[in-house]
Amino acid sequence: MARKPIEFRHNGREQAAFVEEGANLLDVLRRGIGDFAPKYGCGQGTCGCCTVLVDGAPHLACLTLAESVAGRVVETASGLAKGTELHPLQQAFMDHFAAQCGYCTPGMLMAAKVLLDQNPAPSRLDVVEALAGNICRCTGYEPIITAVLDAASRLTGRRSA
Amino acid sequence: MPISVKTCTGIEEAARTLAGSRSARLFGGGTLVMRALNEGTQEFDTLVRVSDPALRQVKPEGDRITIGAAVTMAEVMANRDLGFLAPVARTIGGPAVRSAATVGGNLFAASPYGDVTVALLALDGMVTLAGAARPVSLEDFLKVRDREPRTVVAAVTILRPRDAQAFRFRKVSRVKPKGISVMSIAAYLPLSGGRITGARVAYGAMGPTPLRAKAVERALEGRSLDAAGIAAALAAATEGLDPPTDALASSWYRREVAPVHLRRVLLDEAP
Amino acid sequence: MIEFRKELFRDERDDDLHEIGKPTQRQDIAGHVTGRSPYYDDHAFEGLAHLKCLRSPHHHARIRSIDTREAERAPGVYRVILAKDVPHNLNTLLSLMGFGLDDEPLISGGKVAYKGEPVAAVVAESERAAFDAIAKIRVAWEVLPHVLDVEEALKPGAPVVNETYPGNTFTYHETYDHQKLRYGDVEAAFRQADRVVEGRYQMSPIEQAPTETCGAIAAQEGADRFVCYTSTQALFFSLGTAAKLLKLPSNRLHLIGGTVGGGFGGKVDSLHEPMAILGCMLTGRPVKYMFDRAEEMQVGAPRGAERWYLKDAIGRDGRILGRQFTGYFDSGAYTRLSSYAIIKSAGHLPGPYTIPNVSADVYCVFTNRTPATAMRGFGITGVDFAIESHMDVVAHEIGMNPIEFRILNAYRDGDMKAHRRIAKNTALIECCQVVSEKANWPIRDEFRRMSSMVGGGEGDNGRVPNYTATDQKGRVDGRNRGVARRPGEERPRSVPAAPPPRPVPPPVPAYASTGPLPGFAPTPGTAGRHAPPPSPQPAPPPNSGAPAAAAPPPVPPTPNRTGPNRFSSSVSGLRRR
Repeated sequence: MARKPIEFRHNGREQAAFVEEGANLLDVLRRGIGDFAPKYGCGQGTCGCCTVLVDGAPHLACLTLAESVAGRVVETASGLAKGTELHPLQQAFMDHFAAQCGYCTPGMLMAAKVLLDQNPAPSRLDVVEALAGNICRCTGYEPIITAVLDAASRLTGRRSA
Repeated sequence: MPISVKTCTGIEEAARTLAGSRSARLFGGGTLVMRALNEGTQEFDTLVRVSDPALRQVKPEGDRITIGAAVTMAEVMANRDLGFLAPVARTIGGPAVRSAATVGGNLFAASPYGDVTVALLALDGMVTLAGAARPVSLEDFLKVRDREPRTVVAAVTILRPRDAQAFRFRKVSRVKPKGISVMSIAAYLPLSGGRITGARVAYGAMGPTPLRAKAVERALEGRSLDAAGIAAALAAATEGLDPPTDALASSWYRREVAPVHLRRVLLDEAP
Repeated sequence: MIEFRKELFRDERDDDLHEIGKPTQRQDIAGHVTGRSPYYDDHAFEGLAHLKCLRSPHHHARIRSIDTREAERAPGVYRVILAKDVPHNLNTLLSLMGFGLDDEPLISGGKVAYKGEPVAAVVAESERAAFDAIAKIRVAWEVLPHVLDVEEALKPGAPVVNETYPGNTFTYHETYDHQKLRYGDVEAAFRQADRVVEGRYQMSPIEQAPTETCGAIAAQEGADRFVCYTSTQALFFSLGTAAKLLKLPSNRLHLIGGTVGGGFGGKVDSLHEPMAILGCMLTGRPVKYMFDRAEEMQVGAPRGAERWYLKDAIGRDGRILGRQFTGYFDSGAYTRLSSYAIIKSAGHLPGPYTIPNVSADVYCVFTNRTPATAMRGFGITGVDFAIESHMDVVAHEIGMNPIEFRILNAYRDGDMKAHRRIAKNTALIECCQVVSEKANWPIRDEFRRMSSMVGGGEGDNGRVPNYTATDQKGRVDGRNRGVARRPGEERPRSVPAAPPPRPVPPPVPAYASTGPLPGFAPTPGTAGRHAPPPSPQPAPPPNSGAPAAAAPPPVPPTPNRTGPNRFSSSVSGLRRR
């Protein structure tokens, strides 16, 4: 079974893994390096539960060739908090009850993070479009949208402080 | 069999590799190929990737523009020269899909996918293939693409609409903003002296591949772009077509609503 | 936010609400936002093996032969598991409560009764190796006629879907092919009625579609135990089912549930645990068995389809004098929880209304569809759709305001209900009044003044009717009785008597599949997972049938005390309160 070593940056740390040829990034993150935050929901690119950032852009880990992230920067929901200090998005999700079963949450957080990194003052429509690739079967989306908008205003408040 | 990944520096090499192996598949953005792997496909065991940066270039050339096959939907949306195509790319999947999905890959997507290809068809798409002396029309390419899976696309060239208003696109889906097409409609409607000249109208999910609505194009020729002028075109909305029945909609339904959506596209009405 | 109508039922409660109406944070929300909530798959195992199933591509077929030799030799394969490897290969979920007969194998060996039914399982070192091996298994199928509609399944001559219930219905109280509710005399009500209004209502199966697919990981724990992390919603169901199918005492099983990535009822009759544990038993390795998304949608049990016929006898004043139901639940190929859904449903009828004559026949029907299970109020939500749609239809027919019509017929505290209990804490009238106000759908003053606490239990409304018409329709005898196998018996004894004649229901449109959505269907090449059908086989000679000996009445099987714990329950209907 052919295996290639790859090195990449994962949530701020240098990481290395042996990946089988053709392996997808989701399997390598979960089973290879033990980051269970990104999740399998479909393997087809329709649910968004595996959304991660690669070089700051949103990608679906289940459709990404693991070896293609060699030398790149990978971020998952596991890396959002700094120790015990939650990212404003995480705090906002908690405050607005934006998770029930929680399975879509890591993917939602990363999709939302991309939005806020690029657009600090999104409209509701901007949020809806940014989360268009993430399915939630529990909340009906409203609490999630509210949380993202709230996080945006908190982040903006922080920046101007 | 275990999967192997071969990275080629150029598409000629990729085309040779594909030609020489029945179990090799070209890896564009991976949205279709990785899905098949995740589902345990037995159809292929070798992924062929191409690292040539030329495939990711966008080159304006006069009144046309060339888009490399590996250009992603996200890159289309970010490119100033492709502003007219951005709304089309925006209807593909969600942001994460668009980071990976390529224009070249979209040419091979089975109906009801392939919405960008619909737009390229309306914009007189010409396809440059590996190893081919001359580009082929997208229309001709689509007719043979399912019979010739070893084809490697290098780039697509399309018209650049002089007038942004002249190019319209609408994706009709039950779920918004992301959803699969019940149908998509692209229309290029150049006006000369207030009359439509050389209209090109294309549909997605109305046949086995994206296709041109030739009866609609004929019925628009020389007409004014208003309710009266398009009446004949609406009457011919599905002439010569055999829309599919699938899990999203029946053939009957597609026939019923096609003129409604066509009118909205032609008159640029709100959905 | 929430609006409290505290003036309603003010004297009935202590209004000091400490929790209701105040946001209370979930205990697991911190785990959710940090990606640390432990779902079953979020556990590391060295050398984790993967289990994938070969599934029937046919709705209904006999397995002539399975050849697994090439698969067993395939690279990375640890074991191929067939029906014969399952220690006790027949079960029904509610056997844990003594309700119903075992009817479903974990892995099928004789015939398959729904598309997607597993006929083999491969345990391999990777998913890829498992898929490749699945593609190498050769199955010779004998395709059988199938039936996909509840009423078609009940017609004489319909294919027998579930061999435990040859009449294609679950047997209630060991006596009838449906569950009956009888209260008063609906035929008399129809004769006396001013109007009779009929309706037919139906609902397709609905897939719960949680974002997390069903799955379990099983591993050896210590010398003598298996640990199993599972996505189940019903840990004790899973424990009992695994113990029974695998003939293991419960104390050798350590099941760990916890965070479920959405269930909505789709993870209550999980069979992933016994499969994963079996894989571990046979290979000694940690084994993960998971539905991929296509399996979750096609093979994972949905809410079952339902079809309801309602017939109301309406008096001149708009009162419902009688209501008759015929309900058909599509249980799919096996029983699972549908048998119980019918009991819930029958207890729910005729809805929140006081009707002096009620009759219901509710059938649990087997068809060659995916076996159905629970989802969000199953047994009730489908028939409520039928009831409320019918209330609107009747109101329209008689020219009455539909909200007033409901208030007029609503049950009130003290009214006797059709299942012979007095109604209390009723509130339909108040709900209707608030709806009228919110929807700006005015009702007359007299209806705005009515109350659930006034007028109930008056006259005959407070009593069970003096006379209730009963009947023996739908008695099952001999072959249709669904006789359980007794220990040591090879086949259930059966008498090939003709089924009791049943009125042929009106013709229904044939079910016609439109096939999979292109792009949604498993990509070509996973055809190996659904073994390709061979060229058509000639039909076998008709079965000459079992000897036509008269069978003595069956004795209910004695409880097996060494098996999983059984919980006493009145669900079976055999016990009286």
